Amino acid sequence: MSPEKQPAPKRFLLIFNSPPYGTSAARDLLDIALTCSVFEQNISLLFLGDGVLQLLSNQHSAPLRQKNLNALHSSLAMYDIESIYVDADALAYHGIEEEQLHIDVSSLDTDTVKRLISQHDVVFTL
Amino acid sequence: MIFTLVIHASPVQHQAPETALRFARALLEAGHTLHRVFFYRDGVFNGNALSSSAADEPCLPSDWRSLADEHKLDLVVCIAAAIRRGVLDSNEARRYDKTQHNLAEGFELSGLGQLVEAAIISDRVITFGGRG
Repeated sequence: MSPEKQPAPKRFLLIFNSPPYGTSAARDLLDIALTCSVFEQNISLLFLGDGVLQLLSNQHSAPLRQKNLNALHSSLAMYDIESIYVDADALAYHGIEEEQLHIDVSSLDTDTVKRLISQHDVVFTL
Repeated sequence: MIFTLVIHASPVQHQAPETALRFARALLEAGHTLHRVFFYRDGVFNGNALSSSAADEPCLPSDWRSLADEHKLDLVVCIAAAIRRGVLDSNEARRYDKTQHNLAEGFELSGLGQLVEAAIISDRVITFGGRG
């Protein structure tokens, strides 16, 4: 079905919960995000728990023979994916400052994370 | 209510696909609509026709097919995930120069667009085997 035949856009929330390279979770969920964008849906990304590690800048994934998540994240704006949230507690737990992240994010407290989830129509987590 | 189920896990290693199957039966019995079952990641192994179970153990590819035949279900296996894992239909086998194909009957290979389209149309999208 072509995107222009779709009903009103839905609010999709994609929750990244896994560390960056140990599994294909980050890339598999990003692929869903990019597809949502092709269908012109409203998309938000939320990074929770170890998922915040996906956002660190200066990643060197070549020795792992993996595509660099920094590069994939740089392309999100091209797909009009600009609502990107992180759990402030997860950053603190990992000792990460926002300045160490590769892309601009909004940092949320736990109550706001709960509200964000409840405000979306469809939630995918990996 | 219109449902879509998403399955991320292999039926041999995880209980999740069996739970999804029971959930699918329950929602259909309750009079709801199942718009699509979408198999992603290791969930693509639910569509492997070469899966061979012991006689006293379930065989999910056959169980899905029976349910699909009975209720005219749309069982879609993510094509990119399936090709990486060696679950191919005859077209893809030809495209990748493989001599065999093994996508079970009742399933079709298609893109992630089928997941997003299903999520747009459905009232509820339920994921099984998301953390494994």
